[in-house]
Amino acid sequence: MTKWVWEGLTSGIRTTRYPAREEHTPGVSPGRPRARQGNEASRNALAGDCPTDAITAGEDGSAIDYRHCIHCLRCSRTTSPAVDWESGYEWAAEAEMARVAHRLGRFFHRSLNIRFVDAGACGACMGEVRQINSPYYNIHRLGFFLTPTPRNADILLVAGPVTLPMQQALRDTYEAMPPPKRVVAMGVCALSGGVFGSGAAVAGGLNDVLPVDVMIPGCPPPPLAILHGLLVAVERKPPQPLISPSGGSSP
Amino acid sequence: MDESVAAPVTGSSALAAFGEETWQGRVRVEQVGSTYVLHCAVGNLAGLCERLMSGGEHMFATLVVEDESVQWLLTYVFYPVKGGAFTHVVIRQPISERHLPSIAAVVPAADWHEREAADLFGLVFDGHPRLGAFVLHDGWSKSAQPMRHGFDIRDRSSIPTRRDVPEPNRSLDAPGSFSMPVGPVFSDLAESAHFRIETLGEDVSRIAIRFFYKYRAVEKLAEGQPVDRALLLAERFSGAAAFAHGLAFCQAIEDIAHLTVPPRAMVLRAMLAELERLRSHAATITGICNSTALAVATSQAAMIEEDLLRLSAVASGHRYLFGMVTPGGLAIDLPDELCRQTAAEAEVIARRMARLHRLLRQSSSFLDRLEEVGATSSAAATLLGLVGPIARASGVARDIRVLFPYAAYREYPPHVPIEVQGDGYARLRVLFREAAESAALMARLAARIPGGPASLADIGLCQGAALGAVEAPLGAAFHWVRLGADGRVLRYRIAPPSFANWPGFQFAAEEFAFQDFPIILATFGLSNAESDR
Repeated sequence: MTKWVWEGLTSGIRTTRYPAREEHTPGVSPGRPRARQGNEASRNALAGDCPTDAITAGEDGSAIDYRHCIHCLRCSRTTSPAVDWESGYEWAAEAEMARVAHRLGRFFHRSLNIRFVDAGACGACMGEVRQINSPYYNIHRLGFFLTPTPRNADILLVAGPVTLPMQQALRDTYEAMPPPKRVVAMGVCALSGGVFGSGAAVAGGLNDVLPVDVMIPGCPPPPLAILHGLLVAVERKPPQPLISPSGGSSP
Repeated sequence: MDESVAAPVTGSSALAAFGEETWQGRVRVEQVGSTYVLHCAVGNLAGLCERLMSGGEHMFATLVVEDESVQWLLTYVFYPVKGGAFTHVVIRQPISERHLPSIAAVVPAADWHEREAADLFGLVFDGHPRLGAFVLHDGWSKSAQPMRHGFDIRDRSSIPTRRDVPEPNRSLDAPGSFSMPVGPVFSDLAESAHFRIETLGEDVSRIAIRFFYKYRAVEKLAEGQPVDRALLLAERFSGAAAFAHGLAFCQAIEDIAHLTVPPRAMVLRAMLAELERLRSHAATITGICNSTALAVATSQAAMIEEDLLRLSAVASGHRYLFGMVTPGGLAIDLPDELCRQTAAEAEVIARRMARLHRLLRQSSSFLDRLEEVGATSSAAATLLGLVGPIARASGVARDIRVLFPYAAYREYPPHVPIEVQGDGYARLRVLFREAAESAALMARLAARIPGGPASLADIGLCQGAALGAVEAPLGAAFHWVRLGADGRVLRYRIAPPSFANWPGFQFAAEEFAFQDFPIILATFGLSNAESDR
């Protein structure tokens, strides 16, 4: 066993400094499109090439609804001129009602137990949520813990479009959690159903089944975006708008 | 495969002779492109399939059901284990006749395919031991047949809700026996699935599994969609193998439209497919280390996986390679220099994996949990039709990249590692060896990237059907696509490797100790998202 201790020690500390400092290592996030002015033709081209209608052409510019952006990257590759692209990963937004009804309070800021439920997620969201427990992201340093039991959980973290057989299982899990509790939806599938949302086999998003407090867009949201969402849930980070440019219609 | 251009096989073909001599003309054989199509009467189906499987010369790939206006069209797809041509056994019967014979007794690999078709189409496979409540359970009406053409998947009112409580279908009746339900919500980061483990306290005597909690009706959603929209579904139903499944779908489209992908795209596709395989294997290895609670090894493997995700994002713009493959090539060209850097970085990461493998080999407490656990014999793997690294750990050397070379694998054939023990440790060794081979293959590919475009400029679609086959990270994946005259998808059928391998897990986990269950689960490394669709 000593060789494992040595292996661990010689690996050094690889953990990100986020949220104290921004993380800029290449590849930690795919980034996302950003709304821009543009002329009418380019606005219409952008909206026309978006397969999920996340991009709409408005009077004075194009708008992007991140609840529908599935990171197909077609607006940055197929459309000419390409959309503007922003780096970063602080994407999580908060539902209006969350501010008053579902506050967790200060006691949870550095002691938060998270129960994850897969409600039909593809492997990508699953892979990213597994990473938040790994040395690069290490949520333990923030006082966050994944817990196998809903009885011990303060946060219900859900990925996937919420398939029919998972709806009752999700409600049961939520009911088993003691108040106060918050629901965090991660990934475009959980926000709007994503590419599966038009089908009757899924709910079309978590909000149809449970009251969602924090929404993390992305397909999939990278580990740092999930971290940001959890920090938003305990009010250690400010939420970001779901629609670009901000000031558009609220969710 | 367009039947209007079909020419009957003459004389020399072994299969044609097989059709004439053995079946006295009861089977009509024709060659369509590079595929043999055997048209047979419903009554001859089981006998013909048994004949195909005899001698272990063929593997079952998938069952494609199409409900045309007046008749059922069922295509049973087989492939020879030594490569060559796909064999399609095609039967037709009037749409009013829902009964047909089951072939599960002679082709065990077809068992789940028949159960699925029974739920989704309302077909009855006579002689099948357990039909019903397979794909459709909690939440789905018993009368729903979502894959039938008349079913509107976009109409939410079409599915009356119901709730099932899993019935205690116990087989053990002995003092002290108990049955332990696990899932669909279990463990902290597990995929949704339900297992009922029956045990006498230590040894697991039976595992009943209930899957399809994640059924999103992907194949139904693709119907009526243009190809570029259906591609989004092909990539996203199993995000951990998005590139492989997207590639299989695109290969089917390219086959239908008789497109020849430029050489540069062929090489880049193989590179990205190997990068995805490397990352997927790293993720499975992380899961295996985690299942034995070996914390430092889990951390090391998780860091390797994250470094490969970052490498994928730097190369392609997306951590899971979404949006890279398109019919006719790739969505963007990758500069040669970027490819060389990516391949070099993958080799560095592969060396870290080799180091991890060396350390694991020296950890007796870790090996004790894997050796001789969850053993699958070569005979069982062949009988159940297992694919991919799981089959190769049981001595069954099958790899679509070698049998039916696609992308650049004809010029750059991969070395396919084999282990024969079939236990958890053999599966781990296969994963490490394949990961090393993937990195080596990336380096060979990056050394000589042909010039020219990375995509066809113009893609003309036409009517027809074709099968795209790839070796996804978890094994053979088959995507059958039929396009209509308007270039939209009429029927889409995905046979993913996890769907083929789950019965193998069920088989392997029985007769082992209760506490081995999560370890066997991890060494199989299967995906419910991929299996459920």
